[in-house]
Formats: sequence, C-alpha cells, structure tokens
Amino acid sequence: MQMNEYKPLIVAFCCNWCSYAGADLAGNNRLNYPADVKIIRVPCSCRVNPMFILRAFQRGADGVIICGCHPGDCHYTSGNYYTRRRMAMLFSMLDYLGIEKERTRVEWVSAAEGAKFAATMNDFAEKVAALGENKRLEDLRCKR
Amino acid sequence: MQKITQTQLIDKAASLLKDGTVSCVLGWSKGEFDYDITPAVFKTEEELKDGFVWNDFCGANFSKYLIEKTRKTEGKILVFLKPCDTYSFNQLLTEHRFDREKVYAVGIPCEGMVDVEKVKVACGDGIIKIDCGEKIAVTTLYADKPIELDAKDVLLERCVNCKSKKHVAYDELLGEEGEVLESARFDEVEKLEAMTPDERFAFWQNELSRCIRCNACRDVCPACTCEKCVFNNPQSGVENKSPANSFEEKMFHIIRAYHVAGRCTDCGECSRVCPQNIPLHLLNRKFIKDMNEFYGEYQAGSEVGQRAPLVNYTTDDVEPGEVFDRGDIDA
Ligand code: SF4
Ligand code: SF4
Ligand code: FES
Repeated sequence: MQMNEYKPLIVAFCCNWCSYAGADLAGNNRLNYPADVKIIRVPCSCRVNPMFILRAFQRGADGVIICGCHPGDCHYTSGNYYTRRRMAMLFSMLDYLGIEKERTRVEWVSAAEGAKFAATMNDFAEKVAALGENKRLEDLRCKR
Repeated sequence: MQKITQTQLIDKAASLLKDGTVSCVLGWSKGEFDYDITPAVFKTEEELKDGFVWNDFCGANFSKYLIEKTRKTEGKILVFLKPCDTYSFNQLLTEHRFDREKVYAVGIPCEGMVDVEKVKVACGDGIIKIDCGEKIAVTTLYADKPIELDAKDVLLERCVNCKSKKHVAYDELLGEEGEVLESARFDEVEKLEAMTPDERFAFWQNELSRCIRCNACRDVCPACTCEKCVFNNPQSGVENKSPANSFEEKMFHIIRAYHVAGRCTDCGECSRVCPQNIPLHLLNRKFIKDMNEFYGEYQAGSEVGQRAPLVNYTTDDVEPGEVFDRGDIDA
C-alpha cells in the first residue's frame, strides 16, 4: 500500500437511538468499516440542519451520510419523516447545482442492523473514493 | 401601459385619507430617474400629488414593508397590491408577521412591469427620460429622437412568466379581476435539469461567482423576514464575499433558497433587485417544482393558513435517494 493513497473523509450523522446503536453493534461484532468514517451523534436524524451538511463539505468532507431510525420507528415519532423531506429537497438542489449525487446519502439503520451499518459505510466510502476529492464544494480557507 | 391610471390611484388614496379610513399610504414615489421608483409613505393629499407614481416601473412589492410599518403606525395603512403582491401578503399573514386589522389593502390590476436592464440593452447608455404611454418612449443622450419600445418586449422576467392576474387578498378592488394563469415558469428549470452535472456546475459557477454579496435579494424578499440573519453573523464564515474562493456564495445561495422553500411565492423580487442579474428565480423555482412533483401542487400564499410542504409529511414520501431518478417520480 502506498503511503499517500487517497482516503475519502466521510462524515456520518447518526441518530442516537437507532443508527448510533447500530454502529456500536457493528463494532461489537468486529465488523469492518473504513476508519475514515467520522461519526457525529445526533439526538434524532431531524436534528441535522441542512447547513450542517454544507458545513461538513466546506470543512473538507468528501461525502456526508445521514443515518436514522427506519420511517415509523423514530424515537420522537415523526422526526425522520421531516428528515426525509428536507434531505430530498437538499440533495435534489445539490444535484441541480452539479454536485456529484454519490456524495450524499440517507440510510435508515436500526439498532439491530450492525451488519447493515457496516455494509452501508463500506459501500458509501467506496463510491465516494471513486469520485475522488470533493472539489466542487470545498473551501480553500478551510484546507487541511 | 397600465390600465389603471396614476390619477385614479391618487384620488382613491386621497379620499381614504380624507375620510379617516387610513392614516397613511404606502406607495411608489419617483426616484432620481424615471425608472428607479422607490417605495415611500404618503401622509397627505399634497404629498401624493407631489410624489406618488404609478407606471410600468412599479415592480416593488410592498408586503414586506407592512411588518415594520404596522408596528410603527397609528391607525390603518393603505397599501396597493398587484396580483403577485397579494400572494406575499397572504404568506406573511400565514406566518403572523403583521396585524391584518391595521392594513387596508386595495387590489390593483397589473399589465406587467418593465425591466430597466432590458431597456438599457435595447437603447444603450445615457437614458435621461422614460415616458410610459401606449409605448415606452426612451430619451437618451445619444439618440436624436426618443426610442420607442413595446412594453411587452422588455418585461421583467417574472412578468413574462406571470403566474396569476387574480388577487388572492384585498379589502377593495380597483379595475377588473383577472385569472390564475398557466405560465411557462418551469421551462428554464427543466432545461437545466436536462444538462449533465458538469454543465450544470459550470452554469452555476458562472452565475454565482458574480454575486457580490450585497444581500439585496435577502433584504427585498417578503419570505426572508427574520430580524437577525445568519448572514450578518461574522462568526458564520459566510457573512461577506471572500476574496479567495467560490464556496461561500454557493453556500449563501443554497441557504437563501432553502430558507424560503415552501414559503417563496415566486414573487420575483429577488431576481429583480439583483445588481448582478443572477437568475435567482431558477433556484427558487427548482424547489417549487420539486415540491409540486413530490408532495403535490402547492402555491405559497394562495390562502392564509396553509401548511407548507416542509413542515408536513406523509408516511410514504419519496426517499431522498430516489429524487435523482426523476423518471420514476414524474409517473
Ligand atoms: S425568494 Fe425571491 S421570489 Fe421568492 S418570495 Fe423571496 S423575493 Fe419573492
Ligand atoms: S442581490 Fe445578487 S449580488 Fe446581491 S447578494 Fe443577492 S445574488 Fe448576490
Ligand atoms: S430518533 Fe432516530 S431518527 Fe428520530
């Protein structure tokens, strides 16, 4: 392996009640997923303001994924239904501006789905890695 | 050429002032040039006769001014509303931004407003006088006689794609009521959607990098009414134009358009005031079009008290990943 091999930086917003527990389970089961996935725990997927996603890209993320409870299972009953509409709008707008659509994703992962969590992260990281660095939403002032 | 005349409006305003129905009038007044018509408050008949203007340059939408004016004024305010302005008026009422009791709204018909930028393109520099009659007569420093233009050829973008000639709110209506129109306002959005991502990126890079972050689009917008704005916060990192890169204007524009998504009535004020002629309506209309397609037809401001798509949901909404697959959704 080369020393300077490109590794994408991925930010994963995980809701406390399902997906974060799912990530925990993935860890407990010793499932592999890329270490470049940085998890940010949020109380509910609807806590993720669209601005957080733009901000993550601005600060150098190559991909941003939001994980929450399955629709109908939100700890706060309806939070993820709002997430679903908000993110549908945001992703569609990013696509409209010409940002590669593979860089953003929403996935519903329950606390029992450790395997799904790991598989999702592997797949997402692979797709983002194939795209390479995030050039279109980067901010030179925040360059690492 | 407007069907209703300036004199008719002045007479109406003067009589309402006289009988005490209203204590002041929100209207258009003459600016430095014939085309920079400025919003103003009139308190007497003399002031109206002196300064009140109604012609093809009265694009300004007064709905937003009511927020501040209703707080500061004793008695009622008379406001003249064109059909498109009434949508903003309703939207602000939906958001409880001003007291309906303090406003006397007079609906007036509109034949479309002229875009002075288009006039400048057609007539060149040095405009010293513009007369709005049957034709628009433009006197310039360099042409030996006034250049005549058809108003229809130099309308504001929003008037070319006018969505409604019908007033959705008023206390009194002057002139004839019109109809909600079928407009081609999503055509441009569709053209962009049909491009490749690279082409779209290049298109927006070119448009948005011209932005000078004057914030005029935000200030004029009747949906942007927060008293404190993130774009004024020096900690936000997006409070002004950065010399070095192009991210912050993309961020600004995504946030601006998103912030008004579901509340934007497509009044067209943002595109009208932008000094850099950035087609902001293409961002707003993208959101409107998406919401119509995903969550059902919705026109902000058509009724008071509607629930906007982004503060609502159904249990079988489309998944965010599916939005890229437009073909499936349209069906
Ligand atoms: S975003 Fe533009 S078109 Fe929409 S309400 Fe605001 S000023 Fe009007
Ligand atoms: S009005 Fe135009 S130039 Fe000014 S901030 Fe808005 S888009 Fe930028
Ligand atoms: S608590 Fe998990 S999505 Fe709301």
